[in-house]
Amino acid sequence: MEDMKEMILEYVIEEYCDEENDDVTFDTPLISGGIVDSFSMVSLKRFLENKYKISIPDADATPEAFDTVNKIEVLVKKFQ
Amino acid sequence: MAYSNKIKEIYQNQLNGIKEAGLFKQERFIHSSQDAEIEVEFPAGSAPKKVINVCANNYLGLSSHPDVIKAAHEGLDTRGYGMSSVRFICGTQDIHRELENKVSEFLGTEDTILFPSCMDANAGVFEAILTSEDIMISDRLVHASIIDGMRLCSAQHDTFKHSDMAHLEKKLQLHADKRLKVVINDGVYSMDGDTAKLDEMVALCEKYDAILFVDESHSSGFIGKTGRGTHEKCGVMGKIDIITTTFGKALGGASGGCVSGRKEIVEMCRQKARPYLFSNTIAPVVVSGVLEVLNILSKSTERRDKLEVNTKFWREGLTKAGFVLKDGDTPIVPVMLFNAKLAQDFSKDLFDLGIYAIGFFFPVVPQGAARIRTQISAGHEMHHLEKALDAFIQVGKKYDILGKTKQEIIEMYGN
Ligand SMILES: Cc1ncc(COP(=O)(O)O)c(C=O)c1O
Repeated sequence: MEDMKEMILEYVIEEYCDEENDDVTFDTPLISGGIVDSFSMVSLKRFLENKYKISIPDADATPEAFDTVNKIEVLVKKFQ
Repeated sequence: MAYSNKIKEIYQNQLNGIKEAGLFKQERFIHSSQDAEIEVEFPAGSAPKKVINVCANNYLGLSSHPDVIKAAHEGLDTRGYGMSSVRFICGTQDIHRELENKVSEFLGTEDTILFPSCMDANAGVFEAILTSEDIMISDRLVHASIIDGMRLCSAQHDTFKHSDMAHLEKKLQLHADKRLKVVINDGVYSMDGDTAKLDEMVALCEKYDAILFVDESHSSGFIGKTGRGTHEKCGVMGKIDIITTTFGKALGGASGGCVSGRKEIVEMCRQKARPYLFSNTIAPVVVSGVLEVLNILSKSTERRDKLEVNTKFWREGLTKAGFVLKDGDTPIVPVMLFNAKLAQDFSKDLFDLGIYAIGFFFPVVPQGAARIRTQISAGHEMHHLEKALDAFIQVGKKYDILGKTKQEIIEMYGN
């Protein structure tokens, strides 16, 4: 489902990027690439939970699982 | 043997990893007191070399001021060396409370509590005043010690883009349902030298009923017309709920920090902040020194005025020479080189010319944003700055970066 990825990417760019780093794609490393820090990851998690009416347990909300838009989509689908 | 080869290897491997990543930090030994000119042993084992220091937080040149040293000596003679106790058992002298009162007066706050360092103040304050019903909303570039303090606190957290007031407002709306909201930022950002928009932040915090926290470590003593800090510069004295600051930079440079602000918040720290409760406070000799620093700064603005003149000369000189600087008007002046190796080579060449300034690169600053961070002091005389500027220009010519744009430098050296 391309829609979900597009939606997540749009949020990531709006929430975390500025002119200097807005060339984010589905595969850009967000956390290991320094675009999203661990505190900021919290708002991404909350966005996903609200948007897709899911609950992501803290144990699954790891920096690895949040590292790219592609991986985030996998994570969301797991809890849908 | 508890420290087996297996354990040893784990650490050796980690240390090697740090070395291979080019992130291994090494100290340079200084054989003199902290001043405009210092004697540095570098590389280790070589004879100390006299160099002009343009990378200390000694903004007001008070680190080795004769009156401060004299006051410290007197403090040592009259109040002794150590307290051998935390504050609330038998570790509080009259001069500790005197300093707290003087700091409140200087910053224009209701009350102040001393901490062993500003790192400790930032580590202790959030946990002391917030619960899991509350939210901390922090600028994405706040200092590492604030990040640690937020990690130690059970309150929820969120961030806003650096100095982006529209984004902050969105976050305040998003978290309208929380019991307490704290907006957290630095007054002056130590890596970029830019200043927080405290006037706009005060307005937002009033509108959304939020507490405002500012770390003034790189502002106290010299930002604002009489050096009270960013809140003075932004015209919001008396409106900051929590200020943390350090005595380890402009205010004498020894050590110590504090939380200053609303009476109830300071009292909560006295009851609950762990670095205050479980660690000795600032030694009497240092307290005596800081009292003299505040005395000097309350009598005259001469030093911060001189710093302003020096800073203007330095920024204008570098700009005219064709360096890429970060915008701002504070004495923190980052000379942008973008490439990590270039920053290191540049720093080494400066040292050969008698100028001490350090290269900063990832992960201390973002990838591709390597720089030499220069910091100007009221302790610098014009001849120091002229010599330093000459050296920067000479090394800038060597690498052919004068007059080049960011893109051009990156094309030449990579990022
Ligand atoms: C913004 C900021 N806050 C806090 C600190 C820590 O100060 P202290 O040396 O008093 O622990 C520093 C020092 O690097 C700093 O730059």
